[in-house]
Amino acid sequence: MTLTNTTRRVAMGLVAAAAATFATETTAGGHGISLEGKTVEWVIPFSETGGSAKWANFYAPLLSEALPGNPTVVVKFMPGAGSTKGANWFQEQSYEDGTLIFGSSGSTQFPYLLGDPRVRYEYNDWNVVLASGTGGVAYLPPELSAKMDGLNATALQGEDFIYGSQGATRLDLVPLLAWEMLGLNVEPVFGIKGRGDGRLMFERGEANIDYQTSSSYLKGVTPLVDAGTAVPMMSWGALDADGNIVRDPTFPDMPTFKEVCDATPGCETSGEKWDAWKAFFVAGFPAQKMVFLPAGASEDAMVTYTKAFEDIKARADFAEISAGRLGVYPQMTGGEAAGALASATQVPDSAKTFVVDWLKERYGVDLNG
Amino acid sequence: MDILTIALPALSDAAGLILQPTVLGYLILGVVMGLCIGVFPGLGGIAGLSLLLPFMFGMEPVLGLALMIGMVAVVPTSDTFASVLMGIPGSSASQATVLDGFPMAKKGEAARALSAAFASSLFGGLVGAAFLTLFILVARPIVLEFRTPELLMITIFGLSMVGILAGRVALKGIVAAGLGMMIGTIGEGDSAGELRMATYDMPYLVDGLKLVIVGLGIFAIPEIVALLRQDRSISDRSPLGGGWAKGVSDWFKNIWLSVRCSIIGVVVGVIPGLGGSVVDWIAYGHSVQSTKDKSKFGSGEVRGVIGPESSNNAKEGGGLVPTLLFGIPGSGSMAIFIGAIALLGSGNIEVGPSMLKNNLDITYAIVWLLALANVVGTLICIAASGGIARLTTIPFALLAPFLFMIIAFAAFQSGQDIMDLVALFAIGFLGILMRRFDWSRPAFLIGFVLSNPAETYANQAVQIAQSRFRKGFEEGIDYIFSPIVIVLIIITVISVVIGLRQAKTIMAEGAVNSGKKRAPMIFLLVVLAYLIAAFVNASMIPDYAAADRVFPRFVSGVAIVGGVILLIQMMLADESHALFADREADNSENNAHGLWSTLAWFAALLILTALIGFVLALALFLFAFIRVRARRSWTIAGLYTAAGVAFICGMAALLNRDFPAGLLQDMIDLPWPLT
Repeated sequence: MTLTNTTRRVAMGLVAAAAATFATETTAGGHGISLEGKTVEWVIPFSETGGSAKWANFYAPLLSEALPGNPTVVVKFMPGAGSTKGANWFQEQSYEDGTLIFGSSGSTQFPYLLGDPRVRYEYNDWNVVLASGTGGVAYLPPELSAKMDGLNATALQGEDFIYGSQGATRLDLVPLLAWEMLGLNVEPVFGIKGRGDGRLMFERGEANIDYQTSSSYLKGVTPLVDAGTAVPMMSWGALDADGNIVRDPTFPDMPTFKEVCDATPGCETSGEKWDAWKAFFVAGFPAQKMVFLPAGASEDAMVTYTKAFEDIKARADFAEISAGRLGVYPQMTGGEAAGALASATQVPDSAKTFVVDWLKERYGVDLNG
Repeated sequence: MDILTIALPALSDAAGLILQPTVLGYLILGVVMGLCIGVFPGLGGIAGLSLLLPFMFGMEPVLGLALMIGMVAVVPTSDTFASVLMGIPGSSASQATVLDGFPMAKKGEAARALSAAFASSLFGGLVGAAFLTLFILVARPIVLEFRTPELLMITIFGLSMVGILAGRVALKGIVAAGLGMMIGTIGEGDSAGELRMATYDMPYLVDGLKLVIVGLGIFAIPEIVALLRQDRSISDRSPLGGGWAKGVSDWFKNIWLSVRCSIIGVVVGVIPGLGGSVVDWIAYGHSVQSTKDKSKFGSGEVRGVIGPESSNNAKEGGGLVPTLLFGIPGSGSMAIFIGAIALLGSGNIEVGPSMLKNNLDITYAIVWLLALANVVGTLICIAASGGIARLTTIPFALLAPFLFMIIAFAAFQSGQDIMDLVALFAIGFLGILMRRFDWSRPAFLIGFVLSNPAETYANQAVQIAQSRFRKGFEEGIDYIFSPIVIVLIIITVISVVIGLRQAKTIMAEGAVNSGKKRAPMIFLLVVLAYLIAAFVNASMIPDYAAADRVFPRFVSGVAIVGGVILLIQMMLADESHALFADREADNSENNAHGLWSTLAWFAALLILTALIGFVLALALFLFAFIRVRARRSWTIAGLYTAAGVAFICGMAALLNRDFPAGLLQDMIDLPWPLT
């Protein structure tokens, strides 16, 4: 049911994007704008130290080479209020000459989906030119991992788990809900500043379950796995072209949450709970980071930027240089990006209602207040 | 074993890291900047590092460290110039140097005083670096055992230092620290995301106030305003004179005093939060006590220079201990240092236990850089003393607008919001009043800095401990009362007892006369009103977010009780009591200008910025200030303005930053840098 829903939404997104393209292309004459001698500002609503900064710093020099006229591309950081400050600011900007772009992240999407009172931005007003995916991996200490019976997590249900969390309404919603579906008793300890702090808590033995996004996992947890102090439990998976959850291409040997859930009695890969988890997973990971032009962007500018990102993807060395810094994930442009945006920002009402109620009941977070 | 297999290779790796021409070049650049910053009265490590902060992002870690360590290490060396030549402490760390250094300069022995000070500074700096090396070797295995309860205990230990800093009236120090902590809780709570003293309608407050702004506002602005009001004329003293060799031999004759004071400096520096403003007084006190003939102190006794100067460089090495090992800042400048390290490279280095585990070579590189910076700094100071000494003859009215411009720019970099400037002005005003009524500003800053760690560690430790207790009583007790925690509790209790006993003899910011009852009382009432408002505000946080409510309620509750007791004491005491300390009383600072007219200049800059943007406002401000307040010719005012605006635009262009925009920019589009 949800699978078809997701696919349908993706398809409708494609149609909508194509229609929009067609509609504006008839009125706009030229094909592309030149940015020669100009400076493109790429606003990132986070601080210099986060994952979005790494992502933007990876793309910025490539974008400068690929855009017509080779403008200087500078990344500007506008941190605040978990990225809603920067996004609210971007909402107020209007298109001028294509020298302003904005990079959003899952942390920008979730408050939007959950109706956070601080959100004054509207994704539908913006124009997406790139959508980058990522994944996530949950891991355990070796002695707890050994209790799992193959993929069946039933034996872990009696354990007391401690998890260093940034907040139940953030991306942490995805792992927290997944663990709950497996019947694990996970208590989140709030107040950590980034996922890196969560890993440190795990390393000190204070937390005994954790998850990291793919790039942080590769860098921070792989050494622990090699040293025998951590064992991967599952990845969140990745989406195939039909919207099915399949193994994460970066971690092909790791089972997905879907596999573990299937193997664990009591965990259902269908129904309301699963649909809600999947909807928020799709919103948070496969299209986690996106590049936007502001409201009112001309078709010429859209064409120019889309072509630039396509050229970057087409570079002979792209697979090589991106694998280490971004992981092996789809970098979507054009209609694909529009589809990804649609699936990432349009969660079915039932999923939203379920999550809002679950947050209220489980963590006392009142999002309607 | 650990020492041989891990530490020694790391030590030599570190030497390899820094012995490269580029690294040394950056170190020298940092040293030169630190020397200049130290010479200017009112500016110290906090202001210097705040200026470097925006450059740090993405910089090669070793290069960035070289720049920052170079600057921090030599501020206590060069601040001697202002202390000796002008009688104004160049930074809070050399206030005691003034007592004997300035009289020596009056007697024509400036060079002797300076060379004795430099020799002592160099020696102290090297002792500090050596101590840091040893301490890391010994402490590393212990620090790696630190978990949340231990980190919480270290934070509480840092807070307990408020007892020593409190000055003559201990309660005032406690209320000041409580106020600092409450200012630190403003914004979104870390546990449940509830707002404290903020609304979503003012997004700026939701993220809380940034350390750069609070540090600059509470320390730099009050000093600058105070100096500006005194409006000193050009120092007309003759050149430095001879006696360089005599100063060095003075130091050598008193080498054991220098050794003892260096150790005092290191030990005081290690204690989190204590840092700069008391170490020189303790060392000065020790110098007096250990001298047989006490009669010459205050009128040019060289031992009164050697003691404080040995200690204030040594404290930087000590101050790095809590900073690097626990991620708990040893002083205000170290707090900014922590933020800067997070920006280096691409955020792979993080101070605290993990740094000792994963970046031991970087840790030792910091030690080497510290030692090297002290040597380089001393050499430059001696070689260029004539030129540097001339900097102190610049009248402050010419210096102040320039300093204010730099501070405003540095503050604006923290959030790139015009509200940064409003916050800077507001906190600066609070700092001015706290200075005036002799409320401990270091205590306030410690409270602010440690507010967030204290709250999160407390919440997390409680939550994890509850989970351990569910598994078994013994496991819970083992978690909370580990041997390290017990040792820390004992140290904390001892330090509080000793601290309260010693507090009355340590005057961190010098003696202050008492004035009338009214003004200090009004200030106390306003502080109380804020604390009560914060208490009520925190109490309204609903139950499901109780984790965000407990801490602010507890802290403001304690501070309110302290404030009420103070109020009662004030009602009972008479006007000469230390409770009514007031720097405005009897014009004890020889102010040539009133507070409000001086503040009005800066308020005008703020309002103009809101109207026409920062660059245009700055141009008007600089021009008018130099022409009217400093009474220079039209030409000089014009040149000064052009130089100032060009400097700030150059900085911004280098960093690719914009300036605060005003209403004018909302209406019409202007080219950069006017945007």
